[in-house]
Amino acid sequence: MRPSKWFGLTAVAALAIAVAAPAYAQQCPKGKLRIYTSWPMQGAMIPEGTGMKNGVDMAVTEAGGVAAGFCLEVVNLDDASPQTGKWDGAVEAENANKAVADPLAIVYIGTYNSGAAKVSIPINNRAHMAQITPANTYPGLTKKKGAAPGEPEIYRPMGFVNYFRVVPADDIQGAVGAKWAKRRGAKKVFVIHDQELYGKGIADVFDQTARSLGLQVVGNEGIDYKQPDQKPVLTKARATGADLIYMGGVVDTGAPIVIRQMKDLGMVAARNVRFMGPDGLLEEEVLKGATCDAAMATDMHVTFASLPFEKLKGIGATTYENYKKRFNKEPTAYALYSVEAGRIAIEGIKRAAAQIEKAKDPKDKREAVRQAIAKIKDYDGLNGKWSFDENGDTTLETMSGYKVVKADTPVGCKFEFETVLE
Amino acid sequence: MEWHEVLVQQTINGLTRGSVFALIALGYTMVYGIIELINFAHGDVFMLGLFVSLTAFTLLGMARTLGGWELVTILPLVFLATMCCCGLVNVTIDRLAYRPLRHSARLAPFITAIGVSFMIENLALIWKGPAPVPYPDVFPSIDVLREWVGVDTLVYLTTKDLFVVGVTAPLMFGLQRFVTRTTWGKAMRAIAQDRETAQTMGINVEKMIMLTFFIGGALAGAAGLTQGLYYNIGTWYIGFQAGLRAFTAAVLGGIGNMPGAALGGLVIGFLSAWSDQYISARWTNAIVFSILILVLVFRPQGLLGEKTVDRV
Repeated sequence: MRPSKWFGLTAVAALAIAVAAPAYAQQCPKGKLRIYTSWPMQGAMIPEGTGMKNGVDMAVTEAGGVAAGFCLEVVNLDDASPQTGKWDGAVEAENANKAVADPLAIVYIGTYNSGAAKVSIPINNRAHMAQITPANTYPGLTKKKGAAPGEPEIYRPMGFVNYFRVVPADDIQGAVGAKWAKRRGAKKVFVIHDQELYGKGIADVFDQTARSLGLQVVGNEGIDYKQPDQKPVLTKARATGADLIYMGGVVDTGAPIVIRQMKDLGMVAARNVRFMGPDGLLEEEVLKGATCDAAMATDMHVTFASLPFEKLKGIGATTYENYKKRFNKEPTAYALYSVEAGRIAIEGIKRAAAQIEKAKDPKDKREAVRQAIAKIKDYDGLNGKWSFDENGDTTLETMSGYKVVKADTPVGCKFEFETVLE
Repeated sequence: MEWHEVLVQQTINGLTRGSVFALIALGYTMVYGIIELINFAHGDVFMLGLFVSLTAFTLLGMARTLGGWELVTILPLVFLATMCCCGLVNVTIDRLAYRPLRHSARLAPFITAIGVSFMIENLALIWKGPAPVPYPDVFPSIDVLREWVGVDTLVYLTTKDLFVVGVTAPLMFGLQRFVTRTTWGKAMRAIAQDRETAQTMGINVEKMIMLTFFIGGALAGAAGLTQGLYYNIGTWYIGFQAGLRAFTAAVLGGIGNMPGAALGGLVIGFLSAWSDQYISARWTNAIVFSILILVLVFRPQGLLGEKTVDRV
């Protein structure tokens, strides 16, 4: 018989208490607080989930397991369903409810999937609990730009912001991409997207920003990516005389065929047509599908919503080094952002320590922390100084730009860091 | 680009796209013509054709651009192998899934066909994984107008475009001749008209149905290979979409009518390319299906279909 998930969770929690309690007993004059985390920890998500867990653990260990006299405990929850191995709204709701029901819970860190966040944000919002995400990038969770009708208010039943992002939302990438396109000399851009949440959101923001920068947007088309032929749309783009095709999409929504067929139609850099996309395309699979020939012929460039780890400076650089030393491997994509999320949680607890001590009701303690986090300004983070804006988003817009270059790998080419984008 | 260059380019795009649809539609319509079954799994046999041929090229160590003599030896060989393989798959599907239901209500084999379609898709998903699979540039892509003719226009025509038309046209004409001029073809048409009478005339009906499934599957395999060579990418789910388009083509042309299926495929190819250009890509599916509805309202038998008289 397989032990039930409940058994597992209780065991983990009990173990955490058993291990943590004696070690910090003498340093905890003010008692104990719990940080809950929630993201998938199964199947293909094991590496990333573990990396993110390591990140939060690292932030807590750095602080010596204590914040302003409160001992900290991390409770890691898994929001994947055991049946499918993928994130599941019902499990995420269960996790958030569990955190809210624990009087010692003070901050909720998560989720990985934007869809899961849609479920847990309102639950935490009703409990005044701050939720910090190291990974959600869907714009509609915090703002109107690139959102569906009713967003983001539907996630804030109490009317205040309790959800904070330490990663830039996707729409910023569209905006940064447009600025970069202008800098690289584009004049007429043709925007296409896969008609999905991520791709369309980014493409529309790219479109708006490009217009406001004085670029000519000669088209904005949603493609049917399930059909492997985009020549007609590309022919249309070429007929407009566009010198840049920007595609909002991810690896498996048609970008490889678009790049390939651009080359078939003579839409190449030599004839002054180029290709650009967001970090959903920053995958080796794209190059395999598109072929290096086509990717290089179209002078493929992509934006990435962070700096590459090697380019981090100051706190970012030391965090990266410490992570590698401590866990003996490269951080996963969102591991360092999880460190940042953990640090923000601790910072919030420190700033709200006096109110937490006074408050009787867990709701008031959480409210104090929520307010403290919302007020964080000029925080010295991984990618430089940043603040939370009124939506709970990081003000940071530092990103990086990659281009495809020839390489001595089985694929034959790779993405290479080109520049910092601000 | 001048307007006429755009029109010519979009027509080329439509022609290549439509040729593939037509080839798949032929298999659909053949099976329907004979046993009145909408073989929902047909599109998935097409998808298998793509993956089978990819495997064949890889096994032969030819997953790269072929040179002169290889194009006339290896390529036809793989074509033949893929067509045989897909033909056999289609025959197997018929034996296992449809034949036991030959005399049940028509809905039963139809539902079974949907089930078979899901099974094949999921097998492909296990076999090739969820990500799009790159297909090597086996057929050389040469810019015909600039490199061969020496004209510098904005219209692009590659050897791959010619290849698609060069493969589909002979297959379609060959099939048409087979059905209209040979004894087996005659037998098929007889079964299509009246199965019982054909049987009493001494035609081995089950053998002919098997042959129909084989040819249909072989055509789907050829279409899969062509699609792989032309678009250089394959995903486990492409069969569904392709099958839907091909089915639409078959209905548009008049289901059961072979020149109709070919015409329907081409019409849909042209319409979707022109709609992408002159209206908007996101409306293309809506436009294609609206035209289908209009045709069916005003000409229920399809473009080339004949009015059927209900048998009493």
